[in-house]
Amino acid sequence: MLSFQTLFYKEALRVQKVAFQTLLAPVLTALLYLLIFSHVLEQHVEVYPGVRYTAFLIPGLVMMAVLQNAFANSSSSLIQSKITGNIVFVLLAPIAYWEFFLAYTLASVARGLVVGVGVYLAALWFAQPPMQFPLWVVLFALLGSALLGSLGVVAGIWSEKFDQLAGFQNFIIMPLTFLSGVFYSIHSLPAFWQSLSRYNPFFYMIDGFRYGFFGVSDISPWFSLAVVSGCLLVLAGFTLALLKSGYKLRL
Amino acid sequence: MLPAVDVRQAHKRYGSVHALDGVDLSVGQGEFFGLLGPNGAGKTTLINLLAGLAIPDGGQLSILGCDVVKQYRASRRLLGVVPQELVFDPFFSVRETLRLQSGYFGLRRNDAWIDEVMHHLDLTDKADTNMRRLSGGMKRRVLVAQALVHKPPVIVLDEPTAGVDVELRQSLWRFIRQLNRDGHTVLLTTHYLEEAEALCGRIAMLKQGRIVALDSTQNLLNSVAGFRVRLKLAGGLPAALLPQVIEQEDDGCLLALPSYQALEQVLAQLREASVAVHEMALQQADLEDVFLQVVGRA
Ligand SMILES: Nc1ncnc2c1ncn2[C@@H]1O[C@H](COP(=O)(O)OP(=O)(O)OP(=O)(O)O)[C@@H](O)[C@H]1O
Ligand SMILES: [Mg+2]
Repeated sequence: MLSFQTLFYKEALRVQKVAFQTLLAPVLTALLYLLIFSHVLEQHVEVYPGVRYTAFLIPGLVMMAVLQNAFANSSSSLIQSKITGNIVFVLLAPIAYWEFFLAYTLASVARGLVVGVGVYLAALWFAQPPMQFPLWVVLFALLGSALLGSLGVVAGIWSEKFDQLAGFQNFIIMPLTFLSGVFYSIHSLPAFWQSLSRYNPFFYMIDGFRYGFFGVSDISPWFSLAVVSGCLLVLAGFTLALLKSGYKLRL
Repeated sequence: MLPAVDVRQAHKRYGSVHALDGVDLSVGQGEFFGLLGPNGAGKTTLINLLAGLAIPDGGQLSILGCDVVKQYRASRRLLGVVPQELVFDPFFSVRETLRLQSGYFGLRRNDAWIDEVMHHLDLTDKADTNMRRLSGGMKRRVLVAQALVHKPPVIVLDEPTAGVDVELRQSLWRFIRQLNRDGHTVLLTTHYLEEAEALCGRIAMLKQGRIVALDSTQNLLNSVAGFRVRLKLAGGLPAALLPQVIEQEDDGCLLALPSYQALEQVLAQLREASVAVHEMALQQADLEDVFLQVVGRA
């Protein structure tokens, strides 16, 4: 178990050593989104009755930051270690593949949550959304960041170059987050896009997370919970199998 | 007694390259063993299989009886590897690096040993320096220290002295020899043949993924022509002497001599061909001769 703890600690230490880039910068980015979108749309959009647009926007932005940072953490740490070659220190050690998985995934969860809390606290200055069901909030934040952390492990292992990882980020993660209803309710979309959104797991993470704040959502939070948990189980199983096989790590 | 390292019919292919083509090798506990071979012979590949950094396509490998695939955690605990590539984690200082490595091996309070290793490798005053700021040779020392944090009974060094100054080379060997005397098995690859000759009790030579020689260092040395003579001549070498040539340069050559008597014949042939001798130096055969003979021939 100490191997796992050490690897987790190493990942956390790495984040701290470059906190400016890993913690502060993402909070700033989220605030910029908030500033611009709320300024432009505040007067025109009311997604849920009686909820200011800025307040509506905050949970989505928080969750987006959680997810993106969870993904960035494991994927960039792994690709850096692979390219610089220092992954060898981990590979030489008697670390079980599941310890490897847990350490990278949980470090991603930790970074996602820290950034999420940072964005949330900073955003309170602009608007104060209620938090009706904090447990739902925490649950979706945990599951979502674990899902993206695990996806980051897969992306980090699969990519051989930084631009491949960037491709993964730009062509998969970004579109899925932006088309998940961070900035709008999917009910305001045309029918085609609405039904398409239902195949996007990010939509369920955001919608469930937002339910925890407003007690209102596009879909039942229980259904979202089932979808997100199911995705996490499948992806975790896949990632574990990948790690066990040594794919692209043990040549 | 269990062999420290046991390799049976190890095979490894990279595409069309047969990096290891049926290697059999057994290294006893407490041995100082040398693994030699030209670039691309498969030395690092063999080490990677032992360390679990690569997965064999066939064969069995074990460290002190622990199979490197089936009992990977146990076998990795028994093994300390100094990789050939100069790698480091730029986020951490020397001490942090060594503490993390200890933790990966399940050791919580290891500072006493870390301090001792740093002392032997002359790293003490760099303990809190970031890895990025170290010179190449110092990074190499940290790699050695990292391989030793868990006091592995079997130590594998893949060209540990590449790019290292004379002083460190000596202090490194003093330390490794001491570990060997204390019972650690050492497996070494190097391109410095004098180093292997001085340190290793037994040597295996690899070429194109196969073992082409495997014997005690002494037997290998005895197996080649006893002497060689380096000559600088006024004219060309008589044809009769060509079969004895080991090396030919612009202004001289190196000839193999099975015995002192053979020198008389060489001189006689030169006299007959009226070729004057400018310089002559007699040398004892060394591992390089063995290497050239075995690796060149096989
Ligand atoms: N990851 C890899 N992918 C493809 N080919 C590889 C890989 N690793 C090694 N090889 C090939 O396997 C062969 C053996 O390489 P290896 O690194 O084991 O040689 P070596 O004996 O350690 O050489 P050197 O003295 O240069 O370190 C070489 O032909 C090399 O190109
Ligand atoms: Mg090598």
